[in-house]
Amino acid sequence: MKVFCVGLSHHTANVETRERFGRSIETECRLRDNGCAEALVLDTCNRVEVYAAADRLIPTDEIVKCVARNFDHNISTDRATFYRYEDGDCAQHLFRVTSGLDSMVVGETEVLGQAKKAYEAARASGAAGPYLHRLFQRAFRVAKQVRSNTHITRGAVSVGSVAAELAGKIFGDLKKCSVLLLGAGEASERTARALVSRGVANLQVSNRSAERARELADLVRGSVVPFDRWFEHCQTVDILITSVSVEAPLLTCQNFQAVAARRASAPLFIIDIAVPRNVEPAVNELESVYLYDMDALQLVAQQALTMRRQQVGAAEEIISEHVAGFCAALARGVQPRGSVEHQASDEGVQHSSDAQFGESYRTATPTP
Amino acid sequence: MDRYLLILSTLCFLAAVARTTIAFRARTFARGRFNFFAIAAGFVFQSAFLSIRGHEVGRCPLTNLFEVFVFLAWSVALIYMLVGPAYRLSLMGAFTAPLVVLLQGFALLAPIDVRHPSRVPPNPWLEFHASMSLIAYGVFALACIAGVMYLVQERQLKTRQLHSIFYHLPPLTELFAAITRLLWWGFALYTLGLVSGFFVGQPLPRVQILCAFGVWILYAAILNGRHLRWFAPRRVAALCIGGFAAALTLLWGITFSAQLH
Repeated sequence: MKVFCVGLSHHTANVETRERFGRSIETECRLRDNGCAEALVLDTCNRVEVYAAADRLIPTDEIVKCVARNFDHNISTDRATFYRYEDGDCAQHLFRVTSGLDSMVVGETEVLGQAKKAYEAARASGAAGPYLHRLFQRAFRVAKQVRSNTHITRGAVSVGSVAAELAGKIFGDLKKCSVLLLGAGEASERTARALVSRGVANLQVSNRSAERARELADLVRGSVVPFDRWFEHCQTVDILITSVSVEAPLLTCQNFQAVAARRASAPLFIIDIAVPRNVEPAVNELESVYLYDMDALQLVAQQALTMRRQQVGAAEEIISEHVAGFCAALARGVQPRGSVEHQASDEGVQHSSDAQFGESYRTATPTP
Repeated sequence: MDRYLLILSTLCFLAAVARTTIAFRARTFARGRFNFFAIAAGFVFQSAFLSIRGHEVGRCPLTNLFEVFVFLAWSVALIYMLVGPAYRLSLMGAFTAPLVVLLQGFALLAPIDVRHPSRVPPNPWLEFHASMSLIAYGVFALACIAGVMYLVQERQLKTRQLHSIFYHLPPLTELFAAITRLLWWGFALYTLGLVSGFFVGQPLPRVQILCAFGVWILYAAILNGRHLRWFAPRRVAALCIGGFAAALTLLWGITFSAQLH
C-alpha cells in the first residue's frame, strides 16, 4: 500500500488557480472510485491537498480531476501547479504543513485546526482508514512537539496583533488599561478589536464625525469623546491609537509637554496608524512614551517572522525524526483489521486528544 | 573541604550562566527549569559551606571579607528563590547567576580568606546586625538585577529592536512594581540592620558608620524620589544599578575598615 499526497498551494498556484479546486461532497467518492483505498482532502484558503492510500499507482491527473470544482474542467493547463509526494516525502510534507512551516505566515497554527477538521470529517465518513489515521495522528503529534520545543509560533506578525502584544508587554494586564481611539477608520477598528480580544474594556472613541464615533464605540462597547476634547483625555489614557487624516501632526513634543507633566511618568503607548502620521516622531524620545507608527509595527512583525524562520531548522530536525519513524512503521505494515490499538501503542500515543482520536476511530470504523 | 563546596556551588551557577549564554547566542532562549535547579543546587552547596564555616568559627560566618562576599552571594540566591517565582521574575535567574558567579569567583580567587588568629567571641547583636545588613544587600542586588531587566526591555521598546529575550521579560509595569517592592523590603531590612548596629556593645569606627549611613541615605533618596514621582521609572531602574554598585563599594570599605579595626 502506498501513501501519497497530490495538491497545490500558495507556493505553486495563484488564487485564481486555487479557487478552481476544492473539496465537495462527492470528492472522496470520486477518489475511491478512482482506486484510492483511503482518501482525505485538506482544503484551506492556501492549499488543496489530497492525502490517500492506494495499492496501485493512481496518476496525478486522475486525482486532480477529482478535486476540480467543475468535474469536466480541462486540467491540462493546471497540471504544472500540482505536486505529488509519496510515502516518506508525503509524511514530511504533511508534518511541515501541520507544523506551519509550509504556511504563508510561517508558524501559524490555524492550519493545524483545519487538518484536524479534515481528518475528523474523513474519519466520520469512513474515507480515512488505518494508513491515514497513523499518518495524521503522527502529524498532530509532530505539530504539538514543534510548537512546544521551538519558538516557531513566537511573536505577533500582523499589525493589530503586534500592537496588542506590545501593549501587553508594557502594561501586563490590559483589563485595567484605558484606550483612546482618535479617528474611527478601519485600521483603528482592527487595532481596537485586537486590544479588546486581549481584555481591554475601557475604550473611548473620538472622531470628527460624531456619528461614526458612536458607531465604532457601540461596536467595541466604548464611549464617545467629543473631537475637540480628545487632547484633555490624553492625560489619563494608557494607550492612544491615532488614525486621523490630517496634513500636520496633531501631537508634537511641544504640545505634549503639558500632558506629560500631568501624567507623572505613567507609561503611554501611542499607536499611530495614520499616513501622514498624526504624531511627531520625536515624541518617542520623551520619558515613558512608546510611539509606534505603521513602519515600526511592520518592523516588529518582520522581526517576529525572521525569528520564526530561524526556528525552521530546529523544526525540520523534529520532523525528520518523525518521518523516519513513520517510514519504519509503514515498512512494518499496517494491519487494518482491528489493529488501531496496536498502532497507537506502537507510536507511543500519549496526548489525550490523540488517544481520543484513536478511540473514536476504533468505535467509528467498520471492520472490513 | 568547605572551599570545595564553594567551588561546587560556583560551578552550578556557572552552568546556569553557560546555558543562558549559549541559548542567547543561538537565539533559542526559553524559560526552563534548568536555571532554577542549577541555582537551587548552588544555593544548597552555599548553605553547606556557610554551615561548616559557622561551626568552625563558632558564630555567624562573617569574620572576614571572603565570608562577607559568600554570605552576600548566598543572600542574593536566597532572595531570588523567594521573590523570583512570586513576582513572575523567573528570567531573573539568568541575570542572578552571573552576579553570584562574580561574587563567589572573586571570593575564591582573591587572597581575602584571612582567618582570625584567635576565635572571635559570639555577639548576637553584631551577628544580627551584619546578617540583616547583608540580606538587605541581597535584596538591593535583586532590585539592581530587576533594574537591568527594566532598562533592557525599555531600550528594546524605544528602539523597536525586539530580541528573543524581550518575549521572556515580564511587562514593564509589573517589573517596575517589583523593583519598588524590592527597594522597600531592602530598605526596611537595612534600617533594621543599621539600628541593631547601635546595640552591638562595642565602639564602631566612624568611617564604617558614615558609610552605612551613606547607603541608607542613598536608598532613602531613591525611594523618596519614586514616592513623590520626581523620578521616572527608567531613572529609578538606573539608580537601582548605580545605587547597588555604590553600596557594594561602601560594603568593601566597611568590611575592610572593620578588618583593620
